[in-house]
Amino acid sequence: MAAASVFERVLDYANRADPYPLYRELREKPVWREADGSYVVSRYRDIVALLHDPRLSSRNVGLGGFIHQDPPEHDRIRRILDRHYGPPETPDRIDRMEPDLLEIVTGLIDGFTGRTEIDLVDDFSYPLPVTAICRLLGVPLEDEPRFHAWADAVIDGLGPPAHTPEQARRKATDALAEMGEYFAILIDAHRAVVGEDLLSAIVADASTREGMSRAELTANAALLLIAGHETTVNLITNGMLTLLRHPDMLDRVRREPEFVIRTVEELLRYEPPVHFLLRVALDDVDIAGTTIPADATIHLAVASGSRDPHHVPDPDRFDPDRHDLERIDVDARESQHLGFGGGVHHCFGAPLARLETQLALTELALRLENPRLLADPPPYRPNPVLRGPRHLRIGFDRVRPAEEIGIPRSREAADEAARQLG
Amino acid sequence: MRLVVDLNRCQGYGQCAFAAPGVFRMRGNEGLTYDPNPGDDQRRKVLRAAAACPVRAIVLEHRARGPVVATPPAAAAPDGVERIVIVGASLAGLRAAYALRREGFAGSLTMIGDEPYEPYDRVPLSKQALEGWVPAQRTALPRGRALDADWRLGQPAVGLDRRDKRVLLADGERVPFDRLLIATGVRAQPWPNRDEAALDGVYTVRDRDDAVGLRERLAATPGHVLVIGAGFIGSEVASVCRELGLPVTVVDRGPAPLAGALGAAIGRIAAEMHRDAGVDLRCETSVHALEGDAHGHLRRARLSDGSTLDVDVAVAALGSRRNVEWLEGSGLAAGRWGVACDSGCRAFDVNGLVTDDIFVAGDVARFPHPVYDYQLMALEHWGNAVDQAGIAAHNMISLAPDRWPHLTLPVFWSTQFGTEIKSIGVPTFADEIVVTQGSTADRRFVAAYGRHGRITAAVTFDHGMWLEFYGRLIERAAPFPPRLRTVDEPPTRQPVPAEIREAPPIHATVALTGHEPSERRAVLLHGG
Repeated sequence: MAAASVFERVLDYANRADPYPLYRELREKPVWREADGSYVVSRYRDIVALLHDPRLSSRNVGLGGFIHQDPPEHDRIRRILDRHYGPPETPDRIDRMEPDLLEIVTGLIDGFTGRTEIDLVDDFSYPLPVTAICRLLGVPLEDEPRFHAWADAVIDGLGPPAHTPEQARRKATDALAEMGEYFAILIDAHRAVVGEDLLSAIVADASTREGMSRAELTANAALLLIAGHETTVNLITNGMLTLLRHPDMLDRVRREPEFVIRTVEELLRYEPPVHFLLRVALDDVDIAGTTIPADATIHLAVASGSRDPHHVPDPDRFDPDRHDLERIDVDARESQHLGFGGGVHHCFGAPLARLETQLALTELALRLENPRLLADPPPYRPNPVLRGPRHLRIGFDRVRPAEEIGIPRSREAADEAARQLG
Repeated sequence: MRLVVDLNRCQGYGQCAFAAPGVFRMRGNEGLTYDPNPGDDQRRKVLRAAAACPVRAIVLEHRARGPVVATPPAAAAPDGVERIVIVGASLAGLRAAYALRREGFAGSLTMIGDEPYEPYDRVPLSKQALEGWVPAQRTALPRGRALDADWRLGQPAVGLDRRDKRVLLADGERVPFDRLLIATGVRAQPWPNRDEAALDGVYTVRDRDDAVGLRERLAATPGHVLVIGAGFIGSEVASVCRELGLPVTVVDRGPAPLAGALGAAIGRIAAEMHRDAGVDLRCETSVHALEGDAHGHLRRARLSDGSTLDVDVAVAALGSRRNVEWLEGSGLAAGRWGVACDSGCRAFDVNGLVTDDIFVAGDVARFPHPVYDYQLMALEHWGNAVDQAGIAAHNMISLAPDRWPHLTLPVFWSTQFGTEIKSIGVPTFADEIVVTQGSTADRRFVAAYGRHGRITAAVTFDHGMWLEFYGRLIERAAPFPPRLRTVDEPPTRQPVPAEIREAPPIHATVALTGHEPSERRAVLLHGG
């Protein structure tokens, strides 16, 4: 049997905790051809070019919803979903969620009171985005156990096709079908009783309701729910893990209110929640002298691209200040990263994920006294694409009560609290 | 705060509008307008927005007390370059000044500008400023490091003495230089009849003062607006008028809006956008006369189609004139075509000899582009001003072997009628076009332009994310029509004539004097 390729070693669970040395190996060659006939591209410039290359398709590489469609269908669905979610028609929905999100964060941290140890994943990083996506979509939180199981099944079936057992793929398909039924019922409920949520807005508006089929609506609602579940949890967990490995940075998050904005950008570059994107070539595509033939599957190693030293200097250093766009010696182009992909499929939930993570890391930094990792590296989830810890045990001396740092409060009060700490 | 968005880089992801909806506003799916000088209460959201931009197109002002950076000494700077004068204090001039300091130029820097204002962004003037969202007085460009420049604002340059190496100012001052950068840009082409142009209600849109005046007039809800010329500025003004609910008639001599820049084939799509927005669009029509009342207020326009329109406001969007009059008699090859220069931004003199101390950048420059048969071209594009200014600045303080050529592909955008129009390459340098992606009926498409079997440009309507791909095809001299299997292919990919109308040539009248090679000289009698 041939030796495992670099990409196969990336997929190997044994390398889940630190795939970055393997990404360095991947970048030594612009294009790798795998034994199954697929290709791997890992350098920043090549990935950016391919994300904007109309000869690449996202179809038939996944499990439904607009992320696995091409223009014009993709663009049509996304515009309809955007209408009540973001600009141009509803620019401030996410911005208006900030107090709500802060309340969820505060409530979760309040729940740590009296304890000196938590599993950040189960106690915080998972419930936060789940609660947020449920409120946004209008999904009852009490149904969480059901869609938790569905989401797990779907994610397990989402791995690289050649490396995902048939049984896992079937379970994923079944889970999606059940989610479709669930959402069909939920959507009827929202038509009867219109809430403030996104699904209510979509079904209450004839132009959006009629702009896509019922099947499209349920499939995309399921997609948003899963995406809202499975990615931000990793961003928040990776964030706290990285900050606890860099206590000086955690301290700056605590003391400099604007620092968290850069921190989240750097996390998206340095420890992104999504490591690979999948595409199919519709035509022969030349990359640095190698021709990827039509119909080939292409793995875009986005987490590798964001650490490409030909794009960003000293890429393995966690340095939020490289995103300080007010600094005269910062080259803004080097601050770009692939944390949310790029091109027409750029992450739909990015604005929500950024805001959630900014608030989450700030509040954890302000309220946990003397936090520390109890296991490093932590145990990881099996998925190599949506990579993140399964558990993250954190110890601390105590939880500062919310009132101590002025909660409930405005962001201005939070700044003031941070200044006093500083 | 001060910020500017590089809308060439912007691909319409909308992340800024999510993060700071009070500062950034999407227009349609890809167009972006913004408040260039938001209040400090927006600071956190602006920082979030700038960090969230996937292409880092938002440029913020640098912190005054940022980390001190040792400026590297310029690599082998030419001796004797101690005084640099930049004439033109707008985008190109300012960018060049920052580039000079960034590259380590430590000598004296003088910025000469005819307007009394510090450098400002003109982009919002035909959009958010006219609409009333952002006051035209508040579009100042972000400042970078301390420029340590000597500013002469409101003080136009009136002459150039090349022998003495001095710029003459209106107040009689003579400013000496070792290196000069000409970045005087263009001004709006005025309505040709002076008396009619002087009527109250007749406007052009180029400078801040123009936009302030026109905005006041539009805010007073005029009965009917006439836009003369359906190029980019005219179309943007018409678009704003419709958003404000004002009745507007657009007349253009050509067959369709934007036909001069993009060809009539694409122009007809733009014409549908005008009409769908409720514009009374009249192509192949011109204005014979603007008529005022006894008080000098504009009242009527007489059109070539025989009709008379009652109008209160007329916007002459007739293109531009290059600001070269001050160079008359300087011995430079300057005329209506601009100031001719090489691809390293060095000005040509009237003999066609390249100078070594005078550089040109921005709208006023006319330079050869190898990709386009080495033709001399002037590009009145934001991106060209930025790129060329950087090249000119570098070359001004570099020795010959270290100089850079200005070879970037031209890029351009316009935001109108809720649609973002972008281009890469030179669309007028084409015979045919083919729609390669999307649908012209939906006004979401990519059109590739070609000439002599190779792709020379691409234009997108709400498809800006694909533009760079086509830029790479142009850079590789890829064949036209492009043979690609792509997403979102239209039913047919049959090239059609681009219907580009040749721009009228600009003539120069030159006399030759002397007989011996040492005496032979050109004399520019008339610069077009």
